Amino acid sequence: MKQTVRWAPLVLFILLGSAMTYGLAKPDSTNIRSKMIGASVPTFTLPPATAGLPGLASSDLAAGRPHLVNIFASWCVPCVAEAPQLKAIADAGVPVMGIAVRDRPEALQRFLARNGNPFRAIGADDASQVQMAMGSSGVPESFVVDGHGRILSQVIGPINPEDVAGIVAEVRAAR
Amino acid sequence: MTRLFLALALIAAPVLADSDMPPAPLADTQLPDPRQEAQAQALMETIRCLVCQGQSIADSNAELAGDMRAMVRQRIAAGEKPAAIRAWLVRRYGSWVTYDPPLDRVTWILWAAPILFLGIGLWIARSSFRRRRA
Repeated sequence: MKQTVRWAPLVLFILLGSAMTYGLAKPDSTNIRSKMIGASVPTFTLPPATAGLPGLASSDLAAGRPHLVNIFASWCVPCVAEAPQLKAIADAGVPVMGIAVRDRPEALQRFLARNGNPFRAIGADDASQVQMAMGSSGVPESFVVDGHGRILSQVIGPINPEDVAGIVAEVRAAR
Repeated sequence: MTRLFLALALIAAPVLADSDMPPAPLADTQLPDPRQEAQAQALMETIRCLVCQGQSIADSNAELAGDMRAMVRQRIAAGEKPAAIRAWLVRRYGSWVTYDPPLDRVTWILWAAPILFLGIGLWIARSSFRRRRA
């Protein structure tokens, strides 16, 4: 008994040391997952972000069809890299809705002309209010929303070519 | 020469990480009511910036932090309680977003640890005093 007690501090020290080493060695993730996954899309109405496309309201997302909601901006460089993947997703029949954060209509028009337009609607989120309401912390981010307006999942950062099939399947499975 | 310049211009192209929109009206403007502004300021100092992650939104120059300050001031001006605004943010980003962590299943140890350690210390002291007397 006494022997065990004598070694206890050393054992504790080694345990604590290994826990700290593990914590330091583990790659640091700066992604912030939205806690809104599983919840309904917060109520919002955004005006059109550019001429020729309608704006976006939360009621559009609860009208019976699942959607991919893409939070992006024309000034965001990874959003350019993501554009071909969004187009592939839209071409597969998934309605892609955009939320443009802090954007100008002219800049957005140029962005769509250059990178293609996969969006059925783009709402203008000029003060990031809807972005915050969705629990998103950057651009680009995408949310899969089912036909009842419930958020099913979140993609943080640009959608990569290898993610496309999974996202299309997830939206198709959501009703 | 022109070619060299063009090549240099290509290399020097800035990476745009921010929009060119001006900050939201209330991002850097105090509320007219000093009592409300003090409330908003106190709250902003305990909300973590989602972009820089080591600063409060009161200290951060990130655009999203500006929009968060604007949101806080708007809601305070509309009569919302700071606790409700904090809860709104925690609902979306988790307790991570607040520098004033709530007491819950994960954080109870923060409050319990001092009492726990005091208890262990007392127990060790008691047993060693008893040994000396014996």
